[in-house]
Amino acid sequence: MNLKTFKIGGIHPPENKISAGNPIVAVELPKRVTIPLSQHIGAPAVPVVKKGDRVKVGTLIGRGEAFISANIHSSVSGTVFSVDTITDLAGFQSNVVTIDVEGDEWEESIINRSEVIREITATPEEIVAAIKEAGIVGMGGACFPTHVKYMIPNGKKADTLIINGVECEPYLTADHRLMLEHAEEILVGVDIMRRALKSERAVIGIEANKPDAIEKMTKVASTFSGIVVQPLQMKYPQGAEKQLIKAIANREVPSGKLPLDVGCVVDNVGTALAIYEAVQKHKPLFERVVTVTGKRLEKPSNFLVRTGVSVEYLIEKCGGIPEGTGKIISGGPMMGKAVVRTDIPVVKGTSGVLLLDESESRRKPQSNCIRCGKCVSVCPMGLEPYLIEKLSEKSRWAELEEINAADCIECGSCSYTCPSALPLLDMIRLAKANVMRIRRERAKK
Amino acid sequence: MNKYIVSLSPHEKGTFTTSKIMYGVCIALAPALISALYNFGIRALAVIVVALVSCIGTEFLIQKFLLKCEVTAFDGSAAVTGLLLAFNLPSSIPLWQVVVGSLVAIGVAKMVFGGLGKNPFNPALVGRGFMLMSFPVTMTSWPDPVANGFMTWDAVTAATPLNLIKSGAVDKLPELWQLFFGNVGGSLGETSAIAIILGGIYLIYKKIITWHIPFFFLATIFVFTGILWLVNPDAYVNPLYHILSGGVMLGGFFMLTDMVTSPMCVKGQILFAVGAGIICTCIRIWGAYPEGCMFSILIMNAFVPLIDKYIRPKRFGSEVNYVG
Repeated sequence: MNLKTFKIGGIHPPENKISAGNPIVAVELPKRVTIPLSQHIGAPAVPVVKKGDRVKVGTLIGRGEAFISANIHSSVSGTVFSVDTITDLAGFQSNVVTIDVEGDEWEESIINRSEVIREITATPEEIVAAIKEAGIVGMGGACFPTHVKYMIPNGKKADTLIINGVECEPYLTADHRLMLEHAEEILVGVDIMRRALKSERAVIGIEANKPDAIEKMTKVASTFSGIVVQPLQMKYPQGAEKQLIKAIANREVPSGKLPLDVGCVVDNVGTALAIYEAVQKHKPLFERVVTVTGKRLEKPSNFLVRTGVSVEYLIEKCGGIPEGTGKIISGGPMMGKAVVRTDIPVVKGTSGVLLLDESESRRKPQSNCIRCGKCVSVCPMGLEPYLIEKLSEKSRWAELEEINAADCIECGSCSYTCPSALPLLDMIRLAKANVMRIRRERAKK
Repeated sequence: MNKYIVSLSPHEKGTFTTSKIMYGVCIALAPALISALYNFGIRALAVIVVALVSCIGTEFLIQKFLLKCEVTAFDGSAAVTGLLLAFNLPSSIPLWQVVVGSLVAIGVAKMVFGGLGKNPFNPALVGRGFMLMSFPVTMTSWPDPVANGFMTWDAVTAATPLNLIKSGAVDKLPELWQLFFGNVGGSLGETSAIAIILGGIYLIYKKIITWHIPFFFLATIFVFTGILWLVNPDAYVNPLYHILSGGVMLGGFFMLTDMVTSPMCVKGQILFAVGAGIICTCIRIWGAYPEGCMFSILIMNAFVPLIDKYIRPKRFGSEVNYVG
């Protein structure tokens, strides 16, 4: 296998892919779901339902009205209980639609059958319109509204579509199972995306720790034209957009620019599947695969979950929160968010729920920086975390802008590696926030 | 509802710690330790033990009683300084002078600047430099490993290979293989090249250091002395003698690579190593001292902030290789 990878930096955390062998299971519907109106970057959707309205699976309940926004659809059939605010996983207020579940009746427009529809009849414009209507956002975790990404401005061209099947975060296995169980649907989705972008080629990147997925996807991709699979060396953060473009297309996205500026568009395999379902089956985005995992969890699983189902409910289905759990994370251990409470809803970007033992949940005690340079050698963006940390402590924001602190992708490799357990990424985030503030203030003048 | 820990990502931690690095260096120094005991006997053991106790003790006393701050004296860094200081001394050094050197190495070169990670100069070499200035006679008397037995306390001294090179008495130089294995005069840790190299390989294998600094340091010395030797083989010795004699092996693998006092990125480290190699050779060939390694390292330590400021790592996105 010819394995490609990115050149600068990277680390090798233990994989812990405990749930890799567990097939996707559709989780039984709860009695009530709480669907947030903001599951994406950009303005929250505006509610178009009110208390007492009856909805079906796939009914529009929120409209994305701003330029960067996305539609929200009901994931269940039943009666709207309320449209109000809750506290989300990070402790912020968020508008939600709460629905009491009655049965599982889908909108008639959705083709709710399992056979794969390969023939693509939609034009590129119709494809982008369908993506927008279906409320599709990036399912790798960033949740950027996909239809905005697919509106290519004049003068730019995406000659290479890159599909992210890497899943470099430890513990997470949702994308792996998707590729094993729904390879054909994903590939039709990739074909649709390639047509919408008018790209010459589509490359699916998969890390070498998933040989079964590489084999399956390669076999199915050979029945399509213009789509190839590229196995990638195992290294974190191989799945980061810029690093993936470097590995597959050997192009570096310059500071402050987008993948489109080097002729590439990157999307997750889950997004490709959602696009297939939206275009071929008229099915909006209201469910996704979530890995619920942890070393002490009784039954680590890959669930097909409707949006709005609570994380607490999912953990119960896995045997409940184990004794001695110290931290619960939405996402993976490197970039995920530790939750303040478990009665929070699964959203379009929830890739996993990780339960960490108490012994692994606390930060190690800090000591002096010994100038070992490991943070510099592992940073995939070629930055100097030790310097950013020092300057941040002294609030020297102008110098931080000069050393490109804003280029940090927050992968966490520096904090992971530091022998003195320094809070490098925390200080870099502080630097980024202040550099962006300075830039905004400068732009206003 | 249960209480859970909430902190910012990343939520995982690698296993590489400061203590592991420090004790890794101590393990890497084990072959050199065995070579020192074998060649210089019980007197060497005394010097090493006194240096270790004095270095760790100085740091402990200063932290506990003077600064009244957290005691980190047992994290391994003072032990490394103690070993390296001992390895830079002749086995006949009076033990009280070892204590003085340790006080300077830890107290002045390290603690005054703020402790671990804050010192600009290599502490063991500052200690050695102070001892050379203060005790010039005892610091330049080198026991002869061949003439003395293991239990000898008052050793018979002889000229070291570097002394012989400096004075031009090249016909009395030991064989290259003797320099490689260490059966020659010199400081405790510098005589056996093979012991140092084994330790160096261990450090590289454990990813405590990378190969660049030792390689470029030794290669620079080799090339520079090699050019001189090719130009005038009568006036200069074979470059292999320079590589295998004196402290350049110990310096290249253990002193120049000290993380705190070396540059942060690879390009800077290469420049640092080449600079040290040039200065070391100049002192050896044209300077007053037979050995230039210690001074070259201390001088290059002074340049590290400048190197870090102007030589930066390669930034992602800095090479433009796509035109849309």
